Amino acid sequence: MNVLVCLKQVPGTTQVQIDSETNTLVREGIKNIVNPFDTYALEEGVRLKEQYGGKVTAISMGPPQAEEVLREAISTGADEAVLLSDSAFSGADTLATAYTLAQAINKTGEYDLIICGRQTIDGDTAQVGPELAEMLDIPVVTYVSRIEEIDNGQMRLQRMVEDGYETIETPLPALITVVKEINTPRLPSLRGLTKAKSAVIPVWDAAEIGADLNMVGRNGSATWVTRIFFPQRARQGEILEGSPEEQVETLINRLRDGQLI
Amino acid sequence: MTIQIDSDICTGCGNCLASCPFGLIDIIDDKAHIDEGCTLCGACQEACEYDAITIEAVTETVAVDDSHRGIWVFAETKGDRLKPVSTELVSKGRELADTLGTELCAVCFGHSLNETEQLFAHGADKIYLIDDPVLANHQEDIYTRQLARLIEQHRPEIVLAGATALGRSFIPRVAAILKTGLTADCTGLEIDTERRLLLQTRPAFGGNVMATIICQARRPQMATVRPRVFKKNTPDQSRKGEIISVDFNKESITSRTKILDFVEDLTEKVNIEDADIIVSGGRGLDKPENFKLIEELAAVMGAAVGSSRPPVDDGWIPYSHQVGQTGKTVCPRLYIACGISGSVQHLAGMQTSDTIVAINNDPNAPIFEVATYGIVGDLFEVVPLMIKKLKG
Repeated sequence: MNVLVCLKQVPGTTQVQIDSETNTLVREGIKNIVNPFDTYALEEGVRLKEQYGGKVTAISMGPPQAEEVLREAISTGADEAVLLSDSAFSGADTLATAYTLAQAINKTGEYDLIICGRQTIDGDTAQVGPELAEMLDIPVVTYVSRIEEIDNGQMRLQRMVEDGYETIETPLPALITVVKEINTPRLPSLRGLTKAKSAVIPVWDAAEIGADLNMVGRNGSATWVTRIFFPQRARQGEILEGSPEEQVETLINRLRDGQLI
Repeated sequence: MTIQIDSDICTGCGNCLASCPFGLIDIIDDKAHIDEGCTLCGACQEACEYDAITIEAVTETVAVDDSHRGIWVFAETKGDRLKPVSTELVSKGRELADTLGTELCAVCFGHSLNETEQLFAHGADKIYLIDDPVLANHQEDIYTRQLARLIEQHRPEIVLAGATALGRSFIPRVAAILKTGLTADCTGLEIDTERRLLLQTRPAFGGNVMATIICQARRPQMATVRPRVFKKNTPDQSRKGEIISVDFNKESITSRTKILDFVEDLTEKVNIEDADIIVSGGRGLDKPENFKLIEELAAVMGAAVGSSRPPVDDGWIPYSHQVGQTGKTVCPRLYIACGISGSVQHLAGMQTSDTIVAINNDPNAPIFEVATYGIVGDLFEVVPLMIKKLKG
């Protein structure tokens, strides 16, 4: 069972504070981390390897410092890791990212399963997994909460949808995206940490993966950000005055007048 | 691709610092300097009053294909019914189609569908329909191939779909086949009439700022939108349209994945999406056990319990309660936010509620910007008073 796990390095907080006086971002204390959903993807890959044999390869696209997330992946059970890094890759949207990953995955050779997290916490698009599967022409199952059985080149899984869960069967190789409910990621082992420290992580650039420069990074992106803004809302509501008792009194009267309660 | 700051022009004014959504810009020796990790979003370029920042010109290799016309909505179904998001998108699509002076088409896959005429009532001119027993379940492989094939044949300029489990799974695959752009979870859609561009706005970078995204040259321009983001228009039941039954060449497309079973989850079901009143708690609750206070107020009011993202991330309350960009989008008659600061990510999930009450001890919390009634105060004092008053 050869498993590829896609990981992304993201800013370690979704609660970036904005200084309301200057309207700037408060930068202190923001560390880069592995996208939390991807840690479940990695854990599932490592569990499959433990059960069925084979190896787990972690793969990430990002700036040189994204190597950190790959060392972390090795410390928690990945056997190998590859970093896709090239200044030509920057500014990629999901289409260009999926293309870059697909090129690299075709170079890594045979695989049975690709696992991604359900989405990243910075982009929140959940698009790269399905786009990647389509480019590799393999089946995809999203929001997987349990792998029930792998037998004879077929995999049976449980998938979360809005109002319940589906049991799905898919032939391998396939790509799945996983939700938090699938497992509890392990902490790094001492042996893993030693291994991570000395691991040699190859860095592949655009030439190495045979990428068309018009299909990677911002050049290869179909979508561009044209404007970034902090939403400015005019405060239109009423701030209730008085002691807490008076505020609550006024509030409840207002809600009753509006027939809301 | 590179971004450059011309140090001869840069005055070190610091305007660009505030614009960077990643906080990657520093002023070193009175000159701006960009750290590793830049995504070339261009926000700083726009903020610079001196034109000191340049991003190397982009060579878009695909020429703008201007031959595409029309707006399409993928109308999702469940059993023989339409999902509410389908008529919401048709309502929005009608507005966009009128702005562009073009037609609005819905695409519908399923079996023995009952409510397709509602798509006309909300504004569709045509429906491309595939009705086949094979499509009674959501067959994503088949949906992907069929939608891509129809788009290639009829060449719409815009395609919208619901950001549901189904939409988020198969629409990206359609975009990958068509090699075009797709923007997830848009909260605003507008038209730049001059360039016939869809301006797609969504919370970005973890939901702290808003970004407007365009798909400049490739067609169609594709976007997903979460349920309840756009409101339905008033249906006109006398409005008629044309149903085009599409030939479904079953033999040519098979599904690799098979749905063996579906189990409806009744235990986890928290109907915050259908609730009339929602009482939500946030980080201001301090401790998981303090959610009891929220539950008590909700019980008194006959309301559902919601949460912002941090309590869910910290495991205080299950994900099914989460309101926001990465949780559920809700639109109750009354939304009461207790100890929620109101990040863009949270506001994206509740700001269309009819009446919003905010209780927070920080008078500068963004939640007060969307609140109908605000109480600046300690929720541990205010909420028990509300419970007492409502009970009495």
